[in-house]
Amino acid sequence: MAAAESLNAELESFRAEARDWLAKNFPPSLANVDVAMASAMAGFKPSGNAGLWQERMAAKGWGTPTWPKQYGGGGLSPQEAKILTQEMNRIGAKNPIGGMGVMMFGPTLLEYGNDEQKSRHVPGIVTGQVRWCQGYSEPNAGSDLAALRTQAVDKGDHYLVNGQKVWTSGAQYADWCFCLVRTDNTKKHEGISFLLIDMRSPGIEVRPIKLISGFSPFCETFFTDVTVPKENLMGPLNGGWTIGKRLLQFERAGLGSGGGSAGRGGDARGLDQIAKDYVGVDEKGRIADPDLRARIAQHQMDAKAFALTIQRAQAEAKSNVNPSAVTSIMKNAGSRLQQDRAELLLEIMGHRGLGWEGEGFAGDEIAATRAWLGGKAVTIYGGTYEIQNNIIAKRILGLLDHQ
Amino acid sequence: MAILNEEQTMLRDAAKSWVSEKSPVTAFRKMRDSGNADGFDRAAWAEMAEMGWAGILIPEEFGGSGLDYLTMGLVLEETGRTLTASPLLSSALVATSALLLGGNDAQKKEWLPKFAGGKAIGTLALDEGPHHAPANTALTATRDGKGWKLSGKKSFVPDGGAADIIVVAARTSGKSGDTNGITLFLVSGNASGLARQKLKTVDNRGVANLTFENVSVGADAVLGTVDQGFSPLESVLDRARAGLAAEMLGAAVQSFDTTLDYLKTRVQFGQVIGTFQALQHRAAKMFTELELTRSCVEAALVGIDRGANDIPALASLAKARASELWHLVSNEMVQMHGGIGMTDAHDAGLYLKRARVAEATFGGASFHRDRYARLMGY
Repeated sequence: MAAAESLNAELESFRAEARDWLAKNFPPSLANVDVAMASAMAGFKPSGNAGLWQERMAAKGWGTPTWPKQYGGGGLSPQEAKILTQEMNRIGAKNPIGGMGVMMFGPTLLEYGNDEQKSRHVPGIVTGQVRWCQGYSEPNAGSDLAALRTQAVDKGDHYLVNGQKVWTSGAQYADWCFCLVRTDNTKKHEGISFLLIDMRSPGIEVRPIKLISGFSPFCETFFTDVTVPKENLMGPLNGGWTIGKRLLQFERAGLGSGGGSAGRGGDARGLDQIAKDYVGVDEKGRIADPDLRARIAQHQMDAKAFALTIQRAQAEAKSNVNPSAVTSIMKNAGSRLQQDRAELLLEIMGHRGLGWEGEGFAGDEIAATRAWLGGKAVTIYGGTYEIQNNIIAKRILGLLDHQ
Repeated sequence: MAILNEEQTMLRDAAKSWVSEKSPVTAFRKMRDSGNADGFDRAAWAEMAEMGWAGILIPEEFGGSGLDYLTMGLVLEETGRTLTASPLLSSALVATSALLLGGNDAQKKEWLPKFAGGKAIGTLALDEGPHHAPANTALTATRDGKGWKLSGKKSFVPDGGAADIIVVAARTSGKSGDTNGITLFLVSGNASGLARQKLKTVDNRGVANLTFENVSVGADAVLGTVDQGFSPLESVLDRARAGLAAEMLGAAVQSFDTTLDYLKTRVQFGQVIGTFQALQHRAAKMFTELELTRSCVEAALVGIDRGANDIPALASLAKARASELWHLVSNEMVQMHGGIGMTDAHDAGLYLKRARVAEATFGGASFHRDRYARLMGY
């Protein structure tokens, strides 16, 4: 009991410290502004107050609160990190440090990188100064990722890389790429290595892909005789598949947890409120279209079930921060929720939700339309809906393939 | 497939070969990327009129071929397959039906030959908000000497920017929400006091918002009977819904065919992905829905031609099912194609986008489920 009380006292003291630091360092004008998201999407480094906020969080290490202090992280315990998040949420402060480096590559690097790689690459992620992109998929290696053919040939003191990656998110803005490459043609999974490639290397060409949303968040990336120093091999030669899969677990955990709220478009209010505006209410104050009302209720219940599941998973995980197999469930449930919401929002807005650009539509209406289109990708990237279901069926439920 | 007569078969086959040669999806893409403000290619529309499609429903005495709605639906299904953008629905079906059902001889004589020849484009301006709600007509028409003055707004009018003549639903008595007191008027697209704002929508068609400010029309602009416009309007709308459902069916069939081809050719894990049972079952479900919906669409068209007593219910059934079908198939089209389906260079997104606009036009699945229940008395 005494130990628990002393821990509580420490945590409350940390809360006071965090609150005090945020009061002094968070520019109130940035309340509810997602600096990390905005800069990741548009490829600019934040300036003004946004830049200041990023610098301060970077210096404190609180953008990556649980990462080791040794590499510039916050060195906080999971409980402290949770308190920090609570205090940030209280004042609408969003973490200004983000992107693939923080979400996916950093945790993997901390687990599999050697000391030299960690010292070299973690600080740039912690400060948000170095952007990473993911060199995984290829035109003929999508769901069947291990079919990848981008070659890294051992040339003695370096690897020579040739091939093509696709869906490299943010490659046009990235400084570095973590890449799965083939280093042995005789084996499938055991012939893949995990290589870190400087995007400024000669021989790399990046072509943005225009999506159905009108945006180009992904690229095709071509490697032609790209020289990569041997020290950039992370983990063992031909041991990249395990590392690559571990990274995907971090990715799926990140993708799923945003479900139902990510990519909402411009109007942050609940669907019920938006529907009352667009569809009107009956004499009892109910949404005038009963069919739509029932489906909104269905969606809200699904969203609540998802939120409760996240809460339960977090409670069960307690101090264990490693994502488990349950993350695969989260991704499918969360991404479907996001897509359902986007479709419902469109239906609520009627023709007003079907504008592309220009006059006649409000900014948040266009944003909702584009978010609906962009959101179709969430059941495709980071392991498709089908692949996630395979993982659930085979690894969790123990169901076998055709024998 | 409905049992077709020789004429219907010929027209359908002609439509099939014309769209594949002259109006493939690449033509739509080209129109879109050219920034065409009409939302359709006028040269292609002229060819369609040349082949007689603009006059399918128009009696021979007014320059058309006097065929039926099923025939019109067959052509719309084919143009739907390749997302051909044209005023075929707005002019040759909707505005034409309004004149056929409500027009007097003088009005028919003036407009139907022009419609049939593709020399004039007609459309219907009805809704005043983002949702289909025929009775909620508030745009007012007040008597002005022998004629009328129209003031108010119409939203999201199909081909509203290009139309030469617009069938306008106006309120002549009562209040918004009343079915009595609505009158249909024929208003020139160039009328003084009419402002047209062309909109850029996800499906890149020629939708426009219209603002009427004391637009003067003569007594001869009234289509049908003053205050009694709602009943013919509903009949026009049911024809519009059945026709649009046919177009949507065609587009859904093409979405499905393209996806099925991909399932048979895309290789992952050393086999074509169509060998995976999870995908096979979803393909089978889509095929089932396609067949069920085809029956509904054809029944609505044939019902109109035969003067069935349940045309409204058949039209709502067809439109609701076509909406749900195409959402199912276009979503699966993107998902089963994976990343490539997310790219603008692939056709999947074009089908996905048009599906939503087509649903919202003349009432979506939700509207028609509700209407079906009302028509059935519950």
